[in-house]
Amino acid sequence: MKRVVITGAGTINALGHDVPQTLAAMKEGHCGIGPLEMRDVDRLAVQIGAQVRDFQSDAIFNRQQLALYDRFTQFALIAAREALAQSGLEFSGALSAKSGVVMGNSGGGMQTLDENYRTVYEDGKNRVHPFVVPKLMNNAAASHISMEFNLKGPSFTVASACASSNHAMAQAFQMVRSGMAPVMISGGTESMLCFGGVKAWEGLRVMSKDACRPFSSTRNGMVQGEGAGVFVFEEMQHAKARGADILAEVIGFAMTSDASDIVMPSRQGASRAISGALEDAGINREEVGYINAHGTGTAANDKTECSAVADVFGPHADYLMMSSTKSMHGHLIGGTGAVELLACIMALRDGVIAPTIGYEEPDPECALDVVPNEARDASVEVALSNAFAFGGLNAVLALRRA
Amino acid sequence: MSVKDRVIAIVAEQAVLEPSDVTLENTLEDLGIDSLGLVESIFAIEEEFDISIPFNANEPEKSDFDISSVATIIAGIEKLVDSAPAA
Repeated sequence: MKRVVITGAGTINALGHDVPQTLAAMKEGHCGIGPLEMRDVDRLAVQIGAQVRDFQSDAIFNRQQLALYDRFTQFALIAAREALAQSGLEFSGALSAKSGVVMGNSGGGMQTLDENYRTVYEDGKNRVHPFVVPKLMNNAAASHISMEFNLKGPSFTVASACASSNHAMAQAFQMVRSGMAPVMISGGTESMLCFGGVKAWEGLRVMSKDACRPFSSTRNGMVQGEGAGVFVFEEMQHAKARGADILAEVIGFAMTSDASDIVMPSRQGASRAISGALEDAGINREEVGYINAHGTGTAANDKTECSAVADVFGPHADYLMMSSTKSMHGHLIGGTGAVELLACIMALRDGVIAPTIGYEEPDPECALDVVPNEARDASVEVALSNAFAFGGLNAVLALRRA
Repeated sequence: MSVKDRVIAIVAEQAVLEPSDVTLENTLEDLGIDSLGLVESIFAIEEEFDISIPFNANEPEKSDFDISSVATIIAGIEKLVDSAPAA
């Protein structure tokens, strides 16, 4: 089996338009959540979200590109450009033929759907732009990344709701570890902050109207975000041979299915995924210093997640740190695990643990060190990233300091 | 603006050219407009003239709309505009 390292990272999200801005915001405990700016926002019951602001897509993409790129594709390409630039890789010949891209995404081109449903239903028009389908399809982001960077190996999109990014990165990890691909580009992207997207989430009655406060007894729901995170997963010897800067090593993962409820999380499903990742990585639970929680800020997730962590880690649960950065960048749904992996890399590489902001009062059912409100300096050897999706699909990744 | 000038303006925008660089003899291929560019041009023309162009990308040769040059496209649109009901 090959060892797999991360040699590039890129993002755009409510905390920043690149990785340095995002990490700086996480260190400061900055909140990217604010009043939503969109058409018909007055008709929404939930009027907050973590939107990507000051984003001038026409300064980044030309007219022909914009005709084909939904916002979720734009985000993915921006993140991929940053990650690939950092890695220093260029793809040609055999490297190009074997390397691919696996992206996580849940909603596809929601902005495109929303706008065109308006056109035909609300405005009564009988003609839509010819690129609606190539724009909204879930694999558009992965495909455009493959085209821009000449990636001709295995490429596709993974949809498992809030775990999409982690499932996608698990696929990429497996492909590099098995020797199938020398390099895989992977992560996730999402842009659901449009009228229809928020309206749909409102219906479930799990959204907060004021803030995302994971693990706090005062928590009252999740807050949606948007954006993308993209990483370069590279076979370790390949990376070392070319003198690449290694950000972290990916050492294991596990995926489980609750097989029980379409929305309620399961303690067993979550704990099996966490312990499975430790087993796959071949590490003792005591080596884990930080967990980036799924931590949505809903009543059900946070207590279930804390009890699952307590089950897996036993006494060590009191010595590890677990924070939810969703309190800052919101829940990016299919893109969330990718942006959250940045917090794991920051913990391993910079020795800074991103906080859970908005934390007000302890909840006895979430009695772990959730790094409340302020970032903390700490030396961490191994970090986990949890994702537990609607549909009961769980994926946990394990990273080690390079 | 005449139908001819309006069509040339749309085709030129699609090809990222000045209208003065588009001649009636040009084919879409000459102008660097690919299959996606073609359907986008047809959409833009339909919007501009509020007409419906009978064009199926699977069998363009069978469509009752000749796209072999800028001139034939203009002729086809003039015919459709003339036969459209008055607003």
